[in-house]
Amino acid sequence: MSSIKIELRQQDVDKINEICDSFNNDPVELINVLHKTQEHFGYLPAEVQEVIADKMNIATARVYGVVTFYSFFTMTPKGKHPISICMGTACYVRGAEKVLDEFKKELAIQVGQTTGDGKFSLSSLRCVGACGLAPVVLVGDKTYGRVAPDDVKAILKEYE
Amino acid sequence: MRARLKMETIKLTIDNKQVEVEKGTTILNAARKMGIDIPTLCHMHLHDLNIENKPGGCRICVVEVHGRRNLSPACITKCDDGAVIRTHTPRVLNARRTVMEFILSDHPKDCLICPKSGHCDLQDMANRLGIREIPGQEIAEMSTYRKDTSPSIIRELDKCIMCRRCEMMCNEVQTVGALSAVNRGFMAVVAPAFEQNLEYSPCTYCGQCVAVCPTGALTEVDHTREVLRAIVDPTKTVVVQTAPAVRAALGEEFGMKPGTLVTGKLVAALKELGFDFVFDTDFAADLTIMEEGTELLTRVGKFLKGDKDANIPILTSCCPGWVNFFEHNFPDLKDVPSTAKSPQQMFGAIAKTYFADKINVRRQDMVVVSIMPCLAKKYESQRPEFAVDGNPDVDFSISTRELAHFIRQANIDFNNLPDMDFDRPLGESSGAGVIFGNTGGVIEAAVRTAYELHTGKKLSRLDFDELRGMEGVRQATIDFGGFPLNIGIAHGLGNARKLLDEVRAGRSKFHAIEVMACPGGCIGGGGQPLHHGDSSILKARAKAIYEEDKNKPIRVSHENPYIIQLYKEFLGEPNSEKAHHLLHTHYFDRKAKIIIKQ
Repeated sequence: MSSIKIELRQQDVDKINEICDSFNNDPVELINVLHKTQEHFGYLPAEVQEVIADKMNIATARVYGVVTFYSFFTMTPKGKHPISICMGTACYVRGAEKVLDEFKKELAIQVGQTTGDGKFSLSSLRCVGACGLAPVVLVGDKTYGRVAPDDVKAILKEYE
Repeated sequence: MRARLKMETIKLTIDNKQVEVEKGTTILNAARKMGIDIPTLCHMHLHDLNIENKPGGCRICVVEVHGRRNLSPACITKCDDGAVIRTHTPRVLNARRTVMEFILSDHPKDCLICPKSGHCDLQDMANRLGIREIPGQEIAEMSTYRKDTSPSIIRELDKCIMCRRCEMMCNEVQTVGALSAVNRGFMAVVAPAFEQNLEYSPCTYCGQCVAVCPTGALTEVDHTREVLRAIVDPTKTVVVQTAPAVRAALGEEFGMKPGTLVTGKLVAALKELGFDFVFDTDFAADLTIMEEGTELLTRVGKFLKGDKDANIPILTSCCPGWVNFFEHNFPDLKDVPSTAKSPQQMFGAIAKTYFADKINVRRQDMVVVSIMPCLAKKYESQRPEFAVDGNPDVDFSISTRELAHFIRQANIDFNNLPDMDFDRPLGESSGAGVIFGNTGGVIEAAVRTAYELHTGKKLSRLDFDELRGMEGVRQATIDFGGFPLNIGIAHGLGNARKLLDEVRAGRSKFHAIEVMACPGGCIGGGGQPLHHGDSSILKARAKAIYEEDKNKPIRVSHENPYIIQLYKEFLGEPNSEKAHHLLHTHYFDRKAKIIIKQ
């Protein structure tokens, strides 16, 4: 049994420590810490989880358990502009699947994948609480409502 | 006397019978109080140790509560005043069966060759519920995880039913944090971080996860075949040592009452199996006391003289699970524990030098086998520092359960064996060596010898009741000829962590601390016959160990004539250079390291 070694840049470790400190390293804030950390790095690689576990004094297995339980968290890098299509009931019945298919076609990737240039990644999620705007698409922090398959090209163009 | 609070009680009806229980009691406990045994699978309660696992996950224990639309899980539903509960209506039985069918739908059906067969809670439950078919098998998807084999423990996760008992033991009781529930839905399973092998996790191999696993998902690595091969090899001299806790539990495997001492039959069985010499780890326990006790006196002596390097408290180092724990979690304190090797390793070192010379056998022609209540001992025996030119001091370590299996395979009628005596010289031990199997036993044995050596006086009483018991953390002050020696005891690694945190913070008032990784000490070890959640079994074993101590003609380690002879003929003095070379060790920093990339 050899010691596990984790390699990270100093500035990354500093950033993670800063996020943990902002939640007083309180274990009950783990999900919030993971949110903030993913916001910063774009994803939660094993090394980052190890540092969080060490800083917050939580078992790494526990941190990994939380990361793998919530579909929002990812261990693979997302694109610069992560695209999420809501597949909740309201969005679904108003044609979200067709919108998703259009994104798949335009980007030539499947759900859970990232484009070769690292620009876009595609995911589906269940309800963002904006059912009045169904079907809803999120690109990064920006929300698009009543999206039709024909709108997809224009949305992608905004990020070129 | 503590003021007794008047309990608020409630009345309810279970299966047409009235019962009065304390408010807050679960339906399960109320029913059990009346002798109604609602079946459970994930639930586990070790009363005396205050350990309860009730994730309410398996749903086998569902019952019908009048007025409630859905069936309620009995293990987590509290009784209401006036409730009317039925535990075996057709609806309940049907639901229970359906739940079981779902659990079995993706469970491997290899019971015939499963290492847990015959001791499996899932198998028992399927039998109890009368499951005769599992619908939809032809289209059912089976879970497929890779098998993980570590030096001590095998994880076969296809057999995991997510009862999460192992997770509770690993996190809540032991605070090791090697295992956690990961993923969700069909892929949900209990695993180390990043689903790596156990070997790369902070696992201490204490084996408490194995001890509580209801199925074959967690089992020990079996070494009995290698042992058999060594026994039949005419070029090998095979020496066996048995740990104290084994004799207090092995009988259970052969239908005897928990707490039955089977020392004599154990020796007879080992001779029948063909071991050339049957010795006792208790001899090495006596040797441990000579070394550790001397170290204790030296360090306390320095402390009394005001020496800043006295390194107080001294921590015991007999338990390999505990050693792994501090190497992972408290590497900054790795100079605090005693440097004395564990009895298993001391035995191996002496057997392959002193004893091998005596019988004129070369080291490489001797095989040392240990029978242990422990799974961490398997890993310990494989540590590279415990080998000479690649030849380990202890070749194989097998658990109490493996030994029972070995005995059955050899067609030995264990219950009718005559009582036999251990061989000499490494089979003679004092009562102090025996109590190593119980929590508090190592420090009691050390106190007996250290007191007599320090004060030059004979102890008027040898039973230190203040050091005994089942409480997780205990403390006592023993008068050492005018000097009050503060002793701390912890069993279960979560309790050890509490004492270690105090040591790290410089707040510990103890001079000596004993730690055993498993609840109850070695008698509750991960390699012992499964207790299936009945902690009265642990108490019975502890009692048996103290019995054996009482019946021994010699009860202090330094009076064991063969120990005296060993020092005279071979080692010289306790803590001599030779003793240091053979009987002491050093520890490693195994904490995960964060390295800064340049």
